[in-house]
Amino acid sequence: MELKDKLLSSYVAFENDIDTNSDIHEIRSKAFKNFESLGFPTKKLEAWKYTSLNSVLKQDYSLFPNKENAIELADVRKYFIHDIDAYKLVFIDGKYSSFLSETTHDTFDVCLMSAALTKPKYKAVIENYFNKIAKEDNLTSLNTAFANEGAYIYIPENVEVEKPIQIINFTTGSEAATMLQPRNLIVVEKNAHVQIIERHQSLTSNPVLTNSVTEVFAAKDATVDIYKIQNDDEKASLVDNSYIEQKSNSIVSVHTFSFGGNITRNNLNFYQRGEHIDSILKGITILDGKQHVDHNTLVHHIEPNCESHQDYKGIYDARSTGVFNGKVVVNKEAQKTNAYQKNNNVLLSDKATVNAKPQLEIFADDVKCSHGCTIGQLDDEALFYMQQRGIPKKEGKALLMFAFANTVLESVKIPEVKQRIAKIIAKKLGVDIGFDL
Amino acid sequence: MLKIENLQASIDNKSILKGLNLEVKAGEVHAIMGPNGAGKSTLANIIAGKDDYEITAGTIELNGEDISELAPEERAHNGVFLSFQYPVEIPGVSVTNFIKTAINETRKAKGLEDMPAKDMLKMIREKSELLEIDRKFLSRSLNEGFSGGEKKRNEIFQMAMLEPKLAILDETDSGLDIDALRIVANGVNKLKSKDNAVIVITHYQRLLEYIVPDFVHVLHDGKIVKTGDASLALELEAKGYDWIKQELV
Repeated sequence: MELKDKLLSSYVAFENDIDTNSDIHEIRSKAFKNFESLGFPTKKLEAWKYTSLNSVLKQDYSLFPNKENAIELADVRKYFIHDIDAYKLVFIDGKYSSFLSETTHDTFDVCLMSAALTKPKYKAVIENYFNKIAKEDNLTSLNTAFANEGAYIYIPENVEVEKPIQIINFTTGSEAATMLQPRNLIVVEKNAHVQIIERHQSLTSNPVLTNSVTEVFAAKDATVDIYKIQNDDEKASLVDNSYIEQKSNSIVSVHTFSFGGNITRNNLNFYQRGEHIDSILKGITILDGKQHVDHNTLVHHIEPNCESHQDYKGIYDARSTGVFNGKVVVNKEAQKTNAYQKNNNVLLSDKATVNAKPQLEIFADDVKCSHGCTIGQLDDEALFYMQQRGIPKKEGKALLMFAFANTVLESVKIPEVKQRIAKIIAKKLGVDIGFDL
Repeated sequence: MLKIENLQASIDNKSILKGLNLEVKAGEVHAIMGPNGAGKSTLANIIAGKDDYEITAGTIELNGEDISELAPEERAHNGVFLSFQYPVEIPGVSVTNFIKTAINETRKAKGLEDMPAKDMLKMIREKSELLEIDRKFLSRSLNEGFSGGEKKRNEIFQMAMLEPKLAILDETDSGLDIDALRIVANGVNKLKSKDNAVIVITHYQRLLEYIVPDFVHVLHDGKIVKTGDASLALELEAKGYDWIKQELV
């Protein structure tokens, strides 16, 4: 059976199975119908021109894995940023693991979407925020139709969450192939502050397809920093649909570190509904083999006096392919917008490919919008210079690549995350040097 | 220390070195002078191992070992240092981290542990004082936005840190004002010992007033055509190169 048919036929059973209120039922049903008519995206869609899901959709995925595969902390410890005290929301094959998690309801909520969708306590927040900014496109609709489990984070006014929150989705490979659809909601009220680290990790080489949706609301004066670590098994594919709405004076940053996985698609959407907002989108992509990463960003400047900063660095080896499609829309009312977009790429192999496409739609006349895109190779002169000083070619290359990517890394605010990313990069580049540039 | 015999080299089938002989012993300073296009920088790059050139004949021996097949980093580990005529800018890598990496990679190649951070810092402090380098300078990206003088001073700072056996200074005087020239020359002189050797490649006699050579060689059309002592440099300064070309006819 094709995956679409399988999803369609399993929907009724899914809905019957979970205890749910009627509002959510309506949202799900509508989304389900939407997906039913749209189906999966194909390369015929402009937004999917360079990314084909065909090979990924062929697998016979288990949609609701039910075999329990216990995992020990020792097995997965390395995937946490364990040097820091953190709240943790851990899901194993889509199910919440209370054993590996550390939640809280003290002054703020770090808990489960399944609880938030059903318990009266959360009703008001769910009504106000759930599925309010998520697009009605094919994959987001599919996720909404099956929305049930994921992270629910609610930070009330003036609360500064001192510890970061780690959201980790493990797949154990208990099924031959697994499809997951986590659904996250993050609401950060006025003048509140939170840092989130998100990771998807397959523990075996059985195929995994994750179609994740995250909605983030940053109220006035709120600060939200999100770090997405994508360093998954080569059989694991991910579509990450993130929607972020910001109110006046809020600052939201999303760093996306894409180092591994089969096909990774990041749909990252920012909507600025207020003034003096800053939206920061940064990414480092380092790929080899036949890996594919597609960054599809949107920053929608709706009101005046706001800024957005995009900086994506890509390093592509072997037959890997990358896409950067960065769209900036500036409404007529959004005067004095400052929108910056930078996308720099290095190709290490003749067979690697990058497709970069900046899209600017500017309807206001008093704005500063810049975009710069480069595709190049490592500088041979610089390599010889480094070798002359005793740094072998491989290490020299790694140092050059690290320096190239470092403009993104240096804006990471959590030192442990920065160190972890530096270590992953060193490992990815096959060198043993400390990059404390 | 260094023994070059009948070295012939070309780039893109264009012959540049045409049978060059040079012997440099420990404790000596040699100057190589010559007109533009004589092959001076080519010689420096070939000794350092740049692979743009094809060596068609001859040998390059360092302390009795043929180094002509070694990678540039292996030559560096064996004590060869080239101060670049045009040092390369490396954005994002600080001077300090670059030199740390260079020293520790060299130690690694010799089977040694990383240099303890404390020793490294002490050494950086000493050597940067020797070259009158401001501490702020050390945290800047390597050569990025450096003035010509800063780049050259930074080259000699790295030389001081790496303590090479054979240092080749390729046009280190170009782009230096008189104060910077004095500082750089002073640095080189302090680093000189009976165990190491220096080759100074230059157009002009100016630098040689500060770094006094034991031998001066004139390179012309891919060969060393004349060798003398420090006074030869003065003669060249006064008379130019044409008289040597005429002598050859």
